[in-house]
Amino acid sequence: MTGMGWTGRLLLIGVPFLWLALFFLLPLLIVVKISLAQSTIGIPPYTPLLVDHDGGRELHATLANFALITNDDLYLRAYLGSLGNAAMATALCLLIGYPVAYAIARSQGVRRHLLLFLVMLPFWTSFLIRVYAWIAILEPNGLLNQCLIALGLTAAPLPLLNNEFSVELGLVYSYLPFMILPLYGSLSVLDPSLIEAAADLGARPLQGFLGVTLPLTLPGIAAGSLLVLIPALGEFVIPDLLGGPDTLMIGKVLWDEFFNNRDWPVAAAVAVVLVAALAVPLLAAQRFLERGHAA
Amino acid sequence: MALLEIDGASKRFGATTAVDDVSLNVERGAFYALLGPSGCGKTTLLRMIAGFETPDSGRIFIDGIDVTGLPAYARPVNMMFQSYALFPHMDVAGNIAFGLRQERLDRRRIAARVDEMLALVQMSGYARRRPHELSGGQRQRVALARALAKMPKLLLLDAPLAALDRKLRAETRLELTGIQERVGITFLVVTHDQEEALSVASCVAVMDRGRVVQTGAPAEIYERPASRLVADFVGEVNLFEGELTAGFNGLALVVAGFREPVPLPCGTRLPEGAAAALAVRPEKVVLSHAPPAGFAIAATVSSIGYLGGGSIVHLATEQGMALKAYLPGAAASSFGRGAPVWATWPPDEAVVLTQ
Amino acid sequence: MLGFGFLYAPIVLLVFYSFNASRLVTVWAGFSTRWYGALLHDGAFGTAALTSLEVAAMAAALSLVLGTCAGFGMARFARFPGRLVFGFALLAPLVVPEVILGLSLLLLFVACQSWFGWPSRGMLTITVAHATFGACFVSVLVRAQLAGFDRALEEAALDLGARPWTVLTRITLPGISPALVSGWLLAFTLSLDDLVIASFVTGPSATTLPMAVFSSVRLGVSPEINALATLFLCVVFLLVALAGWLMARDERRRLFGRQV
Repeated sequence: MTGMGWTGRLLLIGVPFLWLALFFLLPLLIVVKISLAQSTIGIPPYTPLLVDHDGGRELHATLANFALITNDDLYLRAYLGSLGNAAMATALCLLIGYPVAYAIARSQGVRRHLLLFLVMLPFWTSFLIRVYAWIAILEPNGLLNQCLIALGLTAAPLPLLNNEFSVELGLVYSYLPFMILPLYGSLSVLDPSLIEAAADLGARPLQGFLGVTLPLTLPGIAAGSLLVLIPALGEFVIPDLLGGPDTLMIGKVLWDEFFNNRDWPVAAAVAVVLVAALAVPLLAAQRFLERGHAA
Repeated sequence: MALLEIDGASKRFGATTAVDDVSLNVERGAFYALLGPSGCGKTTLLRMIAGFETPDSGRIFIDGIDVTGLPAYARPVNMMFQSYALFPHMDVAGNIAFGLRQERLDRRRIAARVDEMLALVQMSGYARRRPHELSGGQRQRVALARALAKMPKLLLLDAPLAALDRKLRAETRLELTGIQERVGITFLVVTHDQEEALSVASCVAVMDRGRVVQTGAPAEIYERPASRLVADFVGEVNLFEGELTAGFNGLALVVAGFREPVPLPCGTRLPEGAAAALAVRPEKVVLSHAPPAGFAIAATVSSIGYLGGGSIVHLATEQGMALKAYLPGAAASSFGRGAPVWATWPPDEAVVLTQ
Repeated sequence: MLGFGFLYAPIVLLVFYSFNASRLVTVWAGFSTRWYGALLHDGAFGTAALTSLEVAAMAAALSLVLGTCAGFGMARFARFPGRLVFGFALLAPLVVPEVILGLSLLLLFVACQSWFGWPSRGMLTITVAHATFGACFVSVLVRAQLAGFDRALEEAALDLGARPWTVLTRITLPGISPALVSGWLLAFTLSLDDLVIASFVTGPSATTLPMAVFSSVRLGVSPEINALATLFLCVVFLLVALAGWLMARDERRRLFGRQV
């Protein structure tokens, strides 16, 4: 800042930096450490990595937890299940979100503000409550089945809850605003005269969209996709509340491993693998967000 | 002693030298203009005087005191920003009072001073307005009042008229000179608009690529430019490049596009064979249908641009050399496009340039 | 419009059924506020709500301070050692799955406890955890607003004789106040809403509202939860309306200013 001394700068950056290092970066390292430990019964429920002997210290690291994850196909199926569900949710969010974002970007004045506000509102309301709201709708004797039966579309209640369908619905529903906002961001700065210029040069609406609008909103598409894909991959609440016994998602597996099996080292190993898998999209996300700031 | 003395100031940003060893003196009570194309370093120089940039080398003195190391808030200098930089969360009175409040003056004196400043810029009655409720011209006045409120020894103005439309610019220019005379504060204006610089300033410094290339009164800069660059940047000009040769009476210039050598002003002292340029302002060029007595260039009219108060006539010689002439009033109406004409000018009205 | 119907229908239905007289959630049996009454008499939810509010208020305040500093650092200093790591650590918590944030923080707190015997898990650890990711959200908002903030205003204040501290408090902070207000509110509601991280880092002493709701929801739909959710939505809507109004006012001011 103008006229700010070195001590000021140091405080300004140092304090939050230290905080993040302590409460975000260091914990990640501890996760890695514990993923190499063995599970025991006790408090804390894992063995120390460095064991003091009479001859000095000895490193007791084991890759057994990672071996377990790779050998037991439960984990592999959970990772793949998460990836499948999250990728599907991302695609659906994009498909639904793009027209919505386009409509908002094209509207004017108060209407635009109102629509934008309506998209952001669910983002502020309780995630848990919004997921919970679907249970009453999707239950075997819930509202949707009641409607379907009343309309004569089906005789017996459809199994809508506790399966892949309900999980997918919950994911799309919860993460749609995360897709719409970045899409709106890049659509709203798009100069409408570019599309007019394309039309003037003979491009049909579809050609204009594919040749001009879509390429220019790619940053928004990428940002939105990452904002949906990454959190959806690790989602716990949705598969737990809306999923069924055969819904395998890695967030839930991690939770169960930790809270129900009390196997902290395996839970940590699951987390390490997940973070490693997320590293690439995470770094990509940072680049996109950084670029958004630069623009 | 000059009010502002800049002694060999330089400033580099990475690989580019924004200000390159500039020395400048601004006399007390002057209306001084720093003129140059964008990127010539004039704004950096202004920001160094205000205290927003520190020079890499050189010193800056205001009223004899070395202010080079002083922070912006401790300098007896105030600035009117190009964007005006009015505080959006304060009303007009709050903006004008801001600087006075920093001096911890008592409330009544601040109020009196604010009223005085509002009256000076004819904005009494607008004290409670917010900046966003004002027009561009009104904001400009408030910014001026705010910068003058502390009675600085030197007022810096960064392109004060750039944000105004053409008509308003002419009015404001007059007001600005009037206010400067009334308050008696030294003004230093930075601008890339030569019309702005020539019309308001008592002294002009032309900058290019970080250096001051010429200083002088506006008429001097316009009539006697010291280099091709100044001649070209300040106003319209015909620049003829050529080689010096001995003519009938004195030196003449051999120009590739003209059939005969061009006579030079009396008293030109340069060696024969040297390269030089002749600068001729378009309004000095005289056109006629018949060949006049003495030196003249045969050409044809290639186009005529009507400017309202006069016309600019573009000519081309047989050899393809282009030149332009400014004819006041309706004088251009007797020339049609493609017509053969003779162009001449009084040799003493042209300027020989070697730089 | 279909998109908005999809977003809002479940919420509207939930609010609607909170006034249902029947215990069966999906059968309408007339208007009643009995579940709100039942909620009032249920002390567990009340205690959890108080815990949540307390944690959220403290976490939001901490987030505001940390996030504003971080946002200033990122917006104003183009280069400093570790900027890349810092930027990553600021943005990653926005997208990293909550289970990972929760697990890693818990392991940190457990390790701390075994080394220093402190802190015991509870409200303090939840507050610290929430402040960490809240600060990241605040920093994004502050940074964005600072990017649009005219530096000439600060220079003008300096030029008029204001010291750097005065410039900060009188010019810069008022200038970015919309980001500060919405940042605090965002951190507050995020903390109020969080289930996963709080579940990991809490101890036996502290139960937050989402945790109480979650354990009840796992047992099935209940009209009491509907009523609670409706109350919760009302509070959040009020806060958001306030934030929206503040931001709209700021936007209007800016648009209006440009037109004239």
